[in-house]
Amino acid sequence: MNEYYVALIPILPLASFVLLGIFGRKYLKEFSGTIGTLALLVSCVLSLIVAKSYFFDSEKINGAYQSIVLMNHTWLSFTPTISIQIGAMIDPISVMMLVVVTFVSLMVHIFSLEYMKGEERFATYYAFLGLFTFSMLGLVLSSNIFQIYMFWELVGVSSFLLIGYYYEKPSAVAASKKAFIVTRFADLGFLIGILILSFHAETLDFKLLIAKLTNLQSPEYLSITTGSFLGISALTWGLCLIFMGGAGKSAMFPLHIWLPDAMEGPTPVSALIHAATMVVAGVFLVARLFPIFSNTEAALHLVGYVGIISSMFAAIIACTQTDIKRVLAFSTMSQIGYMMFSLSMAKYGGENGLGYLASMFHLFTHAFFKSLMFLGAGVIIHFVHNNDMSAMGGLRKYLPVTNITFLIGCLAISGIPPFAGFFSKEEILTACFHENKTMYWLALITSGVTAFYMFRLYFSIFWNKEAHVHGDHHHEAGWAMKLPLILLAICSIGAGLVPFGQFVSSDGLVLPTHIDLGFSALPVTLAVIGIAIAWMLYKNENSKSSAIAVGLGGVYTAICKKFYIDELYIFVTKKIIFNLIGRPAAWIDTNIINGAVNLSASVTAAVSESIKGIQSGRLQQYLLYFFGGVAALALIFIYLIK
Amino acid sequence: MSQTPLIQILFLSVGLFFIGMYGLLTRRNVITMLMSIELILNSVNINFVAFNKYLYPHQLEGLFFTIFIITIAAAEAAVAIAIIINLYRSHHSVDVEDANELKW
Repeated sequence: MNEYYVALIPILPLASFVLLGIFGRKYLKEFSGTIGTLALLVSCVLSLIVAKSYFFDSEKINGAYQSIVLMNHTWLSFTPTISIQIGAMIDPISVMMLVVVTFVSLMVHIFSLEYMKGEERFATYYAFLGLFTFSMLGLVLSSNIFQIYMFWELVGVSSFLLIGYYYEKPSAVAASKKAFIVTRFADLGFLIGILILSFHAETLDFKLLIAKLTNLQSPEYLSITTGSFLGISALTWGLCLIFMGGAGKSAMFPLHIWLPDAMEGPTPVSALIHAATMVVAGVFLVARLFPIFSNTEAALHLVGYVGIISSMFAAIIACTQTDIKRVLAFSTMSQIGYMMFSLSMAKYGGENGLGYLASMFHLFTHAFFKSLMFLGAGVIIHFVHNNDMSAMGGLRKYLPVTNITFLIGCLAISGIPPFAGFFSKEEILTACFHENKTMYWLALITSGVTAFYMFRLYFSIFWNKEAHVHGDHHHEAGWAMKLPLILLAICSIGAGLVPFGQFVSSDGLVLPTHIDLGFSALPVTLAVIGIAIAWMLYKNENSKSSAIAVGLGGVYTAICKKFYIDELYIFVTKKIIFNLIGRPAAWIDTNIINGAVNLSASVTAAVSESIKGIQSGRLQQYLLYFFGGVAALALIFIYLIK
Repeated sequence: MSQTPLIQILFLSVGLFFIGMYGLLTRRNVITMLMSIELILNSVNINFVAFNKYLYPHQLEGLFFTIFIITIAAAEAAVAIAIIINLYRSHHSVDVEDANELKW
């Protein structure tokens, strides 16, 4: 495999970012979309080449895929043992992510050619997309934990920039700030986790880190497990804190509050960042460190519980939201929760690693169908000029392509065979069934709820009442918007047929995936029931759904308000932190610190005010002082010093 | 010939000195101030002459010093008047309060 191919994959989007960022607005406005898209096209092709040569041509040792580190350069060297390297790590999950990120990003680039047409900051938009793609690719290729942290922050910055793209809108500005602050807060945990692990393991490199911390006899392992704080070993603390960073980025409960608001950004951005790529960075991080996690029961349990809680929590909220992008956002959160708890159901190696495989498989398929649905939502919003479900209905006549592709996306996420989501969900449920029955039932219910809210969305948009289309805006989008939809729809159908176990597994060995018809009957039935309920309530315009909402009363309101988690955060930050810490600090600042500075200034001013009369600039006054001085000296010499 | 007592001469010179100083401190007119300075110088001259006469009548240092002071006072007056003329040319005034460009 040619390492320059690998290097070019992230460098091309970076080059596009630099070029468009510097010259875009003035000189390249017309071509900025084309430049960005072409750079991504080349990156995408290169990723496919790399994937092909890695999976089919590279040498396997004992039948296992090896992780290869390319271009490992020392960047900062602290001590002879600890240094920060910049390199590219090629292993099954990073290659898989390369393909997913470049492909979805390419689709979004193409889609935006038309969607963002005529925007004032068109070139800036493509520059930001390039920056994001570069950071995300750097993140998946990182060969050491510090490098991943840097790209992790870059991803956060580009997400911030893109959410706040419509910076004239106060809500977009607030949303971008919220996203940045919440994820940054989580990254604090990530950084401390990195420091704990690297302090004990004396390395930042993933391979060495994993080798040292999974070898139960190594001195590093003994040191990190014997060191403890509050009765929990340093290893568990480190992993839990690293997971905190992952949970923040992946919008896991209770750090999920930024994701629904992040929908203020342009819709293609939501498809790329807040559905397919950036939000799965947390899952990727846990998967990257999976051998260590799998040895640490407590950390893995935390991952599992956070995952399942987020998954159910988000699925329930998604049933009540009316902004179509927010429904999709909560569904993203729910699906990422799925991936997280699926990881926690796995052990390292062999058949027990099914949960790991399932999680990665779901990540892979989810990227396609979720970005498909977001892009579909983009077409709809472009057509209706509104985000709210109540403004839609009956759009199937006007948007035939979107209708079909959106339907495919909904079927895929609901887990209806033979669409992609069915296969990956099947693996997750199988893994849960063998590990933990409680989790299995919870996951099963969530999958039924998922089918319900996705079809609630689908029927409300495309069926329900008759459309009131006004003006001359009767045509569906052009090819730049249709093509990505169609390609992603094909992937949403076909991605499940990929023999995923051939390529990705916890230990690199081939793990066959199997479909058991008897086992899959139950989840599919539940999904069909969910769809049927949605059909009854939303297919035609009727009052049944609002009657149910009224019947549920306070429960419905609580769900609709997202269980008041945002309000809780506001309460904690504004009332408690601001009042107990912020206000006293502000008081000390204004009264004591400012006061001391002001006091010294006012004392100086008062003294100079009182003595400045001496220097009047009047010659005769000076003369008087002079004679007065001489007279005083004379008196002193005559009477005192004899 | 009865001699004037030294104390009376010193009263005269002290009187002259303070009249000169009063003029120097209160007048705004530069020429009056110059004249006041001359009064002060003359009071000093009288002191020199008087002390020379009463304390060391056989020596002449006091008298010579007086002559020096008169000469230098003449030169000083010439310089001062030149300055005053220039001041008048540029400010059309000989009031010290008007020449305040370099103040502050």
